[in-house]
Amino acid sequence: MASKRYARSLGSNIFVAIILLLSGALLVLPLVYSVSNSLKPFDEIFIYPPRLYVVNPTLDNFTDLIAMCSNTWVPFLKYLFNSLSTSASTTFLMVIISSMCAYPLAKNEFRGRKLIFELIVTSLLFVPAVTFLPQYFIFSGLGMIDTYWVIILPVLGTTLGVFLMKQFMEQIPTALLEAARIDGYSEFQILFKIIMPNVKPAWMTLIIFTFQQAWNNTTVQQFVFKEGLRTLPTLMTQIIMGNTMARAGVSAASTVFMMVPPILLFIVSQSAVVQTMAYAGIKE
Amino acid sequence: MTESRGIIQDLKKDWQNYALMTPFLLLFFLFTLLPIVIAIVLSFTYFNIFTMPNFVGWNNYIRMIFDDDIFIIAIRNTFIFVLITGPISYILCFVFAWLINDLRAKLRAVLTMVFYAPVLSGSVAYTIWTYIFSSDSYGILNGWLTKTGIINEPIGWLSDTRYILGVVIFVQLWLSLGTGFLAFIAGLQGVDISLYEAGLIDGIRSRFQEVWYITLPAMRSQLLFGAVMQIVTSFSVADVSIRLAGFPSTQYAAETMVTHIMDYGTVRFEMGYACALACFLFALMYVTNKITSAAIGRIGR
Repeated sequence: MASKRYARSLGSNIFVAIILLLSGALLVLPLVYSVSNSLKPFDEIFIYPPRLYVVNPTLDNFTDLIAMCSNTWVPFLKYLFNSLSTSASTTFLMVIISSMCAYPLAKNEFRGRKLIFELIVTSLLFVPAVTFLPQYFIFSGLGMIDTYWVIILPVLGTTLGVFLMKQFMEQIPTALLEAARIDGYSEFQILFKIIMPNVKPAWMTLIIFTFQQAWNNTTVQQFVFKEGLRTLPTLMTQIIMGNTMARAGVSAASTVFMMVPPILLFIVSQSAVVQTMAYAGIKE
Repeated sequence: MTESRGIIQDLKKDWQNYALMTPFLLLFFLFTLLPIVIAIVLSFTYFNIFTMPNFVGWNNYIRMIFDDDIFIIAIRNTFIFVLITGPISYILCFVFAWLINDLRAKLRAVLTMVFYAPVLSGSVAYTIWTYIFSSDSYGILNGWLTKTGIINEPIGWLSDTRYILGVVIFVQLWLSLGTGFLAFIAGLQGVDISLYEAGLIDGIRSRFQEVWYITLPAMRSQLLFGAVMQIVTSFSVADVSIRLAGFPSTQYAAETMVTHIMDYGTVRFEMGYACALACFLFALMYVTNKITSAAIGRIGR
């Protein structure tokens, strides 16, 4: 950053670098191990003590995985399609709906504002371990079981998104919004043209969270019985569970495969999270 | 400021606000709020899922406090997580986010992914940590300790009641770095640069002054978000315990409130009691939340 801040000493920087390096190593350990396992030929997987590196890397595990996937009763592509479409639509809808609700709560005055926000935050505090049962009855009553709706809709009712967006939106200067209103903007336009661009880091983060959760979501599968509607994690879990010793390599490959879309999404979004300069020029 | 002119007029005037909130509120009510209300009602019943619930009044709560030994263990363990892993994780998340935030864009992106790796790893992480802490002599930690001569016999990290909790705490800390960290990085990115420049002019001379007087106050909203999420996570520790230490863990040494709830709800089919436990947990979280929010409101003042 070329901004005018105090200069940091070299010693301080080196210290920081060491801490980051050590912690970073500990944090990526399982990830790296997983990837290296998926590339190991069969005779290397069970070596003890286990090695992080691969002597003869091979793509065999992945080709085996593809072969196994092609033999399933429901075509592999269908699982993939289910996963991709439900995760993508969930993420997209979540960001839009949560932001729509967050904006009035963050910046506007209206009757019931405090109560609604209290309810939203407080509901975060109730563990899902007991609510799944009442939820089942509600899904059943609404006829949602065994459809795409049950995979997408309940997630949209969770409050993390609204809470996150609201906290970030709070910091946008009200003067900006007032000016927009004087110019004749409706609240909807203010939300999408002014607020959203300015809280980009926030909804980028929300996209990552939501997609990650949706992509790996297995609990919702309890409510879906038609095999044709099931998503990838179920297939992958079957593969991992059903193949312990003999196909350890394939298990590793399937785990790595499941990790790829969230990681890709993460990389893409990080390049878009940049310091916003929006407030320069506002004289409070 | 708007004056109140009666409910109908207010609703009409602010219709755009209500319209914006409606989609979410509808889904929220149906799928989040209503189940919670039902669960609270169920806590006053005996419900084994196969027959209709029957009302038992305060029995569940009384039994919980006076007649349940494991409950005490669960509360104690949960508090350990809340008081130890909660704050430590929160501070670590912030410190790392703060340190990484200042690096050049590409380096920052790489390191952000590194620090988010635990979350990205998903369930692989459990498998690997179980392998590392495995109680037989082939566990990685045991193997290394034996090789370097520090111990002679393998230590039951996950089966010996003396060590279980420590291991679970460590892994929980490791896991918890991901989500809060992302939120803090996003928040740090949003702090207005001109505030820093003003600070320099006003005499700020060290990293620490900058953080306390400028960065933290500017991030108060995100700090609150991170705190609430951390509280929820710490109180809800369950998966880590189950995957590492078993369900139930040896002599329930690693039992937490949520594993206890799951025990009664899904194993023993006593949903009413499980709901009562959940309500109690909820009350604890609520109080903790209030205290923490008040504390954060004071930052930098």
